[in-house]
Amino acid sequence: MSARLARRDHLAAWLFLVPVIIVMLLVAVWPLGRTFFFAFTDAYLDDPSVYSMVGIANFLDVINDRSWWVAVRNTMVFTVISVAIETVLGLAIALLINEAIPGRGLVRAAILVPWAIPVVVSAKIWEWMLNDQFGVLNKILIGLGFIDHGIAWTASSSLIMGVVIFADVWMTTPFMVLLILAGLQLISPEIFEAAEVDGIPAWKRFWSITLPMLRPAIGVAVLFRVLDALRMFDLAYVMAASNENVMTVSIYARDRLISFQELGVGSAASTWVFLLVALAAIIIIGALRLDRASGELTK
Amino acid sequence: MTDVALYRTVRKPAAYYRVRRRIVRFFQSAALLLVLIYTLFPYYWAFVSSTKQGAALYQAALVPALDFTYYRQLIDNPVFMGSLLNSAYVAVSTTFLSLVIGLSAAYALGRIDFPQRRVLLMIILMISIFPQVVVLSGMFELINWMGLFNRPSALVLTYLLSTVPFTTWVLTTFIREFPRELEEAAIIDGCSHFRILMKILLPLMGPSLASTGILAFILAWNEFLFALTFTLTDENRTVPVAIGLIAGNSRYEYPFGQIMAASVTVTLPLILVVLFFQRRIVAGLTAGAVKG
Repeated sequence: MSARLARRDHLAAWLFLVPVIIVMLLVAVWPLGRTFFFAFTDAYLDDPSVYSMVGIANFLDVINDRSWWVAVRNTMVFTVISVAIETVLGLAIALLINEAIPGRGLVRAAILVPWAIPVVVSAKIWEWMLNDQFGVLNKILIGLGFIDHGIAWTASSSLIMGVVIFADVWMTTPFMVLLILAGLQLISPEIFEAAEVDGIPAWKRFWSITLPMLRPAIGVAVLFRVLDALRMFDLAYVMAASNENVMTVSIYARDRLISFQELGVGSAASTWVFLLVALAAIIIIGALRLDRASGELTK
Repeated sequence: MTDVALYRTVRKPAAYYRVRRRIVRFFQSAALLLVLIYTLFPYYWAFVSSTKQGAALYQAALVPALDFTYYRQLIDNPVFMGSLLNSAYVAVSTTFLSLVIGLSAAYALGRIDFPQRRVLLMIILMISIFPQVVVLSGMFELINWMGLFNRPSALVLTYLLSTVPFTTWVLTTFIREFPRELEEAAIIDGCSHFRILMKILLPLMGPSLASTGILAFILAWNEFLFALTFTLTDENRTVPVAIGLIAGNSRYEYPFGQIMAASVTVTLPLILVVLFFQRRIVAGLTAGAVKG
C-alpha cells in the first residue's frame, strides 16, 4: 500500500474513533482528573467552587481513619473468599454441563438467571429468604432438625459477611461457569479420547490435561471477577446499608463524598480505591503473563 | 510410560463398565438437579411470596397462592410505573448510543491498521475496569454543570462510562472474526470505509449487535451506584433504586410481599431475554473475555 493510501486509512480510522474519544474524554478522563484534583482540596459538595489546596492532607486523613482500614479488610476478605468459592464451584458446574446432557441450552439459560437479575433484587430475595422469623431457609433448617430456632442471618454482625459472600457466589458463579465452559469447548475432544484409550484414570486426565488447558480461561475469569469484587458497592449497600462489618471501600468513599458531603476527603478515598484496584490489576495481569511465558518455556 | 502400561493391564468385564457408566450418569443427573434447584429456587420463592397475602406470606408453603393483589397495587402505583419507564428509557437509550459509538470505534480498531491501535484497545479495556466510585466526584460536577442532576438523562450519560468500552471491545472482537475477503473487492473498487461498514459489514452484524446490545442493556438496567447518587426524587428513580429504597412503616415491618412482587416485575423482562437469547448472551460474554 502506498504511503498516501496508508495516511488516508489512518485518517479514516481516527474519524471512526471520534465519537468514542469524545465520550470517553467526557465521562471517563475528565471526571477522573477532577476526582484526582479535588483529592488535594478541602472542597465540600454543596459548593465545589469554594476550596483551597491542602496538599496530601486528605490522603492522610483517610489512612488515619480506622473505618477505612475496616473497609479495606472487608473488601479483601470478600474478594478473596468469594472469588475462590466462585472459581471452584464454577469449574465444577462447567465440567458437569460440558458432559453431553439433554437440554443443555435450557440448563445454560437457567444458570444465567442469577447473573442477569439486578443485584438489588438478589439482595432483597436473599434478605427475605434469610429472614430470622419468616425466612424459608430457617424453616427448612428447623424442619430438617439442624437448628431449633431461627438464626438472624442478616441482623447478626458476625454472620453478615458470610451472607454477603453467599449471595455474591449465587449471583456470579454463572459468569465463571460460562467463561470456563467456553474454555472447555476450545479443547479438542481427541486429546481426552486418546488419554481414555490409554487408560489414564479420570482424575489424572482432569489434573494433567483439563486443568492446564483451562488456565487461560480461568485466569481471565478470575481477573474480571476480582476487579469486580474489589469495587463491590450495591450488594453490601442494599443488604446492610453502612454496617461496618461489610462496608467496602466503595461504600466508604461514597459515604464520605455524598453522605458527609466531603468532596475533598471523599475524592482522596476514591483515589485510594483506584490505586487499590490498579495494583490488583497489575498483579493479576503480571501473574497471567508470567504464567504464559513459563508455559512457553517448558514446552 | 510404565504407569500407562500398568493401567492397561487391568481389564474388567463389559458389564462392569456398563454398571459404572450408569452410576456415573445417575450422579451427574442428581448433581445437575441440585445445581438447578440452587440457581432457580430463590427466584421461584420470590414469585411464590409475591402472590401470598397477610399471614400466608409467613408460611413456608411451596405452592404459589396465585393472589395477584400486590401486582395490581404495583400497576396502580404511578411512582413504581414511572420508575419502570425511567429504567426502560435509560437502558434503551444507553444501549442504542453504546452500539452506535461502539460499532464505529470497532470498525476502526478491528478493520483498519494504524499504529496506535493496540494502545487504544488497552486504554479502552483499562477504562472498563476502573471502579465507578472513582469518577463519582468528577461526574457529580459534570452532571451539575450540564444541568442534568436528578434527570434520567444524566444516567444515560454516566452509563456510557461502562457500556461504551464494553461494546467497543466486544464488537471489535466480533468484527475481526469476519473474513477480510468480504471487503476486498470493495477496497479495490475504492469504496469508502463508511460504505464498507454500512453496506457490507452491518448487514452481517445483526447477531453480533444483538449479543452486545443485550449485555449492554442488562448492564444499564441493573446499575445501582450512579442511579442512587444522581437521582434524588422518587419520580426520577430507576427500578433497582426504587426497590433498594422501599421501606416499611418501621425497620421491623418490611413489606416483603410487595418487594417480591416488584422484584419479579423488574426481573421478568430479563428472564425472558435470557431464555430467548441465551446463545447470543453467551457469545457476547465469551467474545468479550476469552478471545480478548
